[in-house]
Amino acid sequence: MSLGLQLSVRRCGLIAPGLADWPAAVPVLLGRAPYQPAELAKPVSERVPPRERRRHTFTIALALAAAHQVLADPAEGAELPAVFACSGGDTDVIDRICQALTLPERPVSPQQFLNSVHNAPAGYWSIADQNQATTQSLSAYDASFAAGLLEAGAQIAAGAPEVLLVAYDVPAPAPIWPFRPLHAPCAVALLLGAAGLPGLGELRVALTRDLPETRLTDPELERLRAGNPAARGLPILAALAQGRPAVLALPYLAPAMLRLEVAPA
Amino acid sequence: MPALALTAATLVTCLGRGLAAQAEALRARRSGLTPCALPFAELDTMIGRVAGLEDEPLAEPFAGYDCRNNRLARAGLTADGFADQVAAAAARFGPERIAVIIGSSTAGIDRTEAAYRARRTPDGPLPDWFDYRRTHNAFSPADFVRSYLGLAGIGLVVATACASSAKAFAAADRYLSAGLCDAAVVGGVDSLCLTTLYGFNALELIAREPCRPWDAERTGISLGEAAGFALVERTPAAGSRWTLLGWGESSDAYHMSSPRPDGAGAARAMRQALAQSGLTPAAIDYVNLHGTGTPSNDAAEDQAVLTVLGKEVPCSSTKGWTGHTLGAAGIVELLLAALTLDEQLVPGTLHSKRIDPALGVNLRLANEPAELRHVLSNSFGFGGGNCSLVLARAAA
Repeated sequence: MSLGLQLSVRRCGLIAPGLADWPAAVPVLLGRAPYQPAELAKPVSERVPPRERRRHTFTIALALAAAHQVLADPAEGAELPAVFACSGGDTDVIDRICQALTLPERPVSPQQFLNSVHNAPAGYWSIADQNQATTQSLSAYDASFAAGLLEAGAQIAAGAPEVLLVAYDVPAPAPIWPFRPLHAPCAVALLLGAAGLPGLGELRVALTRDLPETRLTDPELERLRAGNPAARGLPILAALAQGRPAVLALPYLAPAMLRLEVAPA
Repeated sequence: MPALALTAATLVTCLGRGLAAQAEALRARRSGLTPCALPFAELDTMIGRVAGLEDEPLAEPFAGYDCRNNRLARAGLTADGFADQVAAAAARFGPERIAVIIGSSTAGIDRTEAAYRARRTPDGPLPDWFDYRRTHNAFSPADFVRSYLGLAGIGLVVATACASSAKAFAAADRYLSAGLCDAAVVGGVDSLCLTTLYGFNALELIAREPCRPWDAERTGISLGEAAGFALVERTPAAGSRWTLLGWGESSDAYHMSSPRPDGAGAARAMRQALAQSGLTPAAIDYVNLHGTGTPSNDAAEDQAVLTVLGKEVPCSSTKGWTGHTLGAAGIVELLLAALTLDEQLVPGTLHSKRIDPALGVNLRLANEPAELRHVLSNSFGFGGGNCSLVLARAAA
């Protein structure tokens, strides 16, 4: 249906309940260790000064920590285009602002207003890593991971040697949650590059509409995948961990799907 | 980059509905700013409010999308025959080959604000009528536009604060190059809401009087709302009036709400836009500044323009006409710049009286006829995202 995008996956990062990072996730994705979800504390990125960290909400901290998992040192992030994909933004902050707006003086906190913009994690990341290349922040509801992958792929097709993709979403607080019942927080980071660069494997991405969605075998992992837009990227990580060529179908804007050919290194 | 033809376009702002209303207001120097009388917004400020939206609810099959932002989007889609021109393109390319890329910062958050107000107790549940997915979620504007136009291609909302809809053009160019679409509806839709009014107020960035960009006594922004759309394709169709020659994007990597004082991030975006356009700085005939009217924003942009384009090129801000339309500002100001090409007119900055002696660009205060071939429009946002676009008249 459309031309394919060709990419290499150089490194993977992952944060979810019970999954601290890529090395910890590999045995679980291989089915060699059980998936045991545990409450996820606010992630900490050592790369962010403590004074800055205090300003970061859970959502911002999650996105930054995932980004930093795939960047070995700050210099790597200094001239790196990045794509931040998230369905709903920082709903904790939205909740507090909407609460404040019901009060007589409408006491909206200036810091919370700054943190409410969808591109807050991208902004904080570019400051933390002194990255002056472009960052993109986007949403496509449940298709946000796929939309981020297409954007990153299009940037690589246009000549960027490497692009950082960070997909993240956090369940909303009580008032909004019933209207958007996400299962658990999750962030997936991929350092993507032009085809042929060394790393974990190669991806060919194409738009299609004739494939059933790829699911994960472990029921708990599958709940995570189905219950968070960022976790829709987990089948890619599972295929790379398993080290076998695979054809995956990621949900896009229904009825469209992304067909992914994964060729592990 | 290969040029991008704008084969159809439209704009709805407080100046009116459709491009002709915008052009008339530019010529007549008629501001659309009015005293803030938005319900629940008790702020002493001027806003650029689109008249009539309160009386235009979305009916079935789009009733679930009903919020101020999607009403504004519909007002845009129905102006200037835009939806009809998209339908013609869909007949040519197929609906699955037309992308929808919309810039927005707050989507339909006004419904969430209303839902919180409607709770019986402070920790009670939100009312059943609340439709999170189709109103508040960041994707809502693109979701609505795809549904309304019957398009089935790639779709996303670019949410990079006040640079959103400028960056949507850059994304469209990439998707066309990558073969992900054959045409794209690029848009910007952002509507007035309490979140942004009180948020900017909390940051002490709101002016009481109409905003006065570059004025020595400027005190901040006037907020506005707008919907703008453009149909972009590689090959100019009959009637194409403008061509996007290049774009540039960068990050300040400096501060969440203050620009890098030396304007280096903005300068980088402008240089990239020039390089993509294959133009020298001297070829730019007019700059539509981001020009918000806050002391630090204008000072940083002044530095950036001086660095890249020098002190001769005529510059102005049109925010005194429309207010700052946030996520829609990129496309609003690109299309107002497009109208300056049609009119061969440099619009003088409204409301500004005495130019800040510390600033050095050639800021124009009065409307002046001019020979314009290439214009550049700047958009910068919270989070430090910068985007510059270069536009020319389509070859006759």
